[in-house]
Amino acid sequence: MTPRFRQLAVPLLTASLLALASACGGGAANNTAGPAAAPGEKVKLTVGLFGDFGFKPLYEEYKKTHPNIEIVESVTQFNDHHNNLVKRLATNAGAGDVEAVEVGYISTFTAQPGKFVDLKQYGLDKRQSDYLDWKWQQGLSKDGQQVLGLGTDVGGLAMCYRKDLFKKAGLPTDRTEVGGLWPTWEQYIETGKKFAAAGVSGTKFVDAPGEIFRAMVNQAPVGLYDAQDQIIVATNPDVKKAWDLSNQLTQNGLTAKLAAFSPPWNTGFAKGSFATIICPAWMTGFIQEQAKDASGKWDIAPVPGGSGNSGGSHLMIPKQSKHPKEAAELIDFLTSKDNQARVFKEEGTFPSIPALYDDPSIQNFTKPFFGDAPIGKIYSAAAKSLKPQHLGPKEADVRTVIGDGLGRVEQGKQTPDQAWAQVLEDVKKIK
Amino acid sequence: MSSLPLAATRRRGRSVRHTLDVRVSPYAYVAPFFLLFCAFGLFPLAYTAWVSLHDWTLLSDEHTFVGLKNFGTLLADGYFWNATFNTLSIGVLSTVPQLLLAIWLAHLLNRRLRMQTLFRISLLLPNVTSVVAVVVIFSQLFGRDFGMINWVLSWFGAGSVDWAAGTASSHVALSTMIMWRWTGYNALIFLAAMQAVPRELYEAATIDGASGFTQLRRITIPMIRPTIIFVVIVSSIGAMQIIAEPLLFGASSGAGGGAVSGGPDRQYQTLALFVYEQGFTKFDFGYASAASWLMFLAVVVVAGVNYLLTRRVKGGLL
Repeated sequence: MTPRFRQLAVPLLTASLLALASACGGGAANNTAGPAAAPGEKVKLTVGLFGDFGFKPLYEEYKKTHPNIEIVESVTQFNDHHNNLVKRLATNAGAGDVEAVEVGYISTFTAQPGKFVDLKQYGLDKRQSDYLDWKWQQGLSKDGQQVLGLGTDVGGLAMCYRKDLFKKAGLPTDRTEVGGLWPTWEQYIETGKKFAAAGVSGTKFVDAPGEIFRAMVNQAPVGLYDAQDQIIVATNPDVKKAWDLSNQLTQNGLTAKLAAFSPPWNTGFAKGSFATIICPAWMTGFIQEQAKDASGKWDIAPVPGGSGNSGGSHLMIPKQSKHPKEAAELIDFLTSKDNQARVFKEEGTFPSIPALYDDPSIQNFTKPFFGDAPIGKIYSAAAKSLKPQHLGPKEADVRTVIGDGLGRVEQGKQTPDQAWAQVLEDVKKIK
Repeated sequence: MSSLPLAATRRRGRSVRHTLDVRVSPYAYVAPFFLLFCAFGLFPLAYTAWVSLHDWTLLSDEHTFVGLKNFGTLLADGYFWNATFNTLSIGVLSTVPQLLLAIWLAHLLNRRLRMQTLFRISLLLPNVTSVVAVVVIFSQLFGRDFGMINWVLSWFGAGSVDWAAGTASSHVALSTMIMWRWTGYNALIFLAAMQAVPRELYEAATIDGASGFTQLRRITIPMIRPTIIFVVIVSSIGAMQIIAEPLLFGASSGAGGGAVSGGPDRQYQTLALFVYEQGFTKFDFGYASAASWLMFLAVVVVAGVNYLLTRRVKGGLL
């Protein structure tokens, strides 16, 4: 919880410190380092993340070859992390040397190319051929001239489910058969009704409609924004369809009403409060962390409704960094082919480097926690068939507004129609 | 000057210095407070008023003057009024029982007891606990599925309450957290005032056969009236500014919605949280400043009304 206070304290503190420093004649604050440190000089790099990216072992390895580099990781909660970054860029103080940006926010930041270091300066445009083309494009400035961020992972979709609970409900447990239950989202809901009818006590079919909605929108060719960066929530039939289907989950009593990433949701994993959860590759790491006792009970099936991407991040260097050269080298290292493969095996976040998808070490990778599910194969297939979607600058804000609407229906405050009307009003206010 | 006798010059110098000392130095002594107040109180207040007249966001360097437009939009913004209602509701629900309880607790402690100091210190303990810890623990107690309060309620056959989801229930939950932190603190202030009440009054009342409750009503409360006025005003100002509790409750209760919106239906978004949402997640400083000013006016009005109400209390409060 402390990040919330840091969110206020850090900008205030830095602002006052800066004011002090300039009052004392300036200069003093700046002469610690130029754009590149002298060889052997101690350099401290701050890496700002919004969760465990599985980088810690990589830092240790990096330090072996770069003894003068000290790496400090600063982790804040998802929304706070991105909001803080906006503030720190605007006030030109307090940002880290390397900042992770999630795909929902990437357009917000690539729209301000003046605030970030062009990674081309440090030769990182050489990495273009490594990447999935759309992932590479997302990290470029609007005019495509500058390389502002290098991708870490992509969130190809799958559906995680609890084998033991499916068995209790009399449903098939084999992952191919389970996938066969729900080629479409409508069939997913039908399966949910069967699950509910079996009356497994203390368990709902799915955690909450929010992330399901996000997945459905991500599967559509066009999502919340059109190519001209206009919000099209009101007119895109795919969005409305996703809204309706998500509410059907609620109205049939299939959700556990546990908002994603909240403490009760974490408890829900441990208590087995829900039998399925939408599973972008990075979610597998979450499940493993939250449901430590449920090893072997979870499994992974194909997602209803075809492929889509949910989540994934880029690493960027704010211009205010004092060590852009060292930071760029670190980004190059953290996103390298080998290291993306390694992070996948440990944390589950899936590489954005297609050469890895056919690599035997990925293809044959299985995880005992998920009943030896071939997660390498599943997510490679998901990533290969991904069709990228254009994301707008306020993607995350629009999603929050819609998420609130789904929440109001879930809490029985409004009918889906009333909630939708309010969502459209709220969306209009997003500037 | 040099033609004047030396002693006279000295005398005059001394008397000038003396006058200066008497006239000026008191101001010099209080100056640090007023300088700090100007820097951190008055200036932000005035600057906020200036910002509120502009279309001012953090992300753009252009700040166009728009006059009172922000205030107009604000007065037509349903979410602003919703936040105002929530603030008043949580304020009343937390302050009224809290002060009654505090007077009662102070009354209980205002007698010879063993381990007096221990009791008094333990009153203050909830107040020195970090608000984060308080809200996180209480959010778990008020949990829907595995919370202790619902567990206890289930003994009496009550169904599980989704505390964070409902408007009234979330206000009750938040008020409980606020009361937990501030009741003991206010009780201590009341206790200090009660100890200044002459003992003879109670002795005389006891001889006349007045019960403890009558003594509290007829002697204690009228005698500590200035303190009650002070506590009521400070508590209502505090209640109008509640932000940490709903913000953290949103993050830790699982009610969904962005943490700053106070639940998906904004069921427990307070005014201060509304200002925070506009200013620090939407970065609309102009709008947030306008909301801050209206909030300031609301605080003045509420504090004023409470002052008038409590001042009228001549006899017993109860």
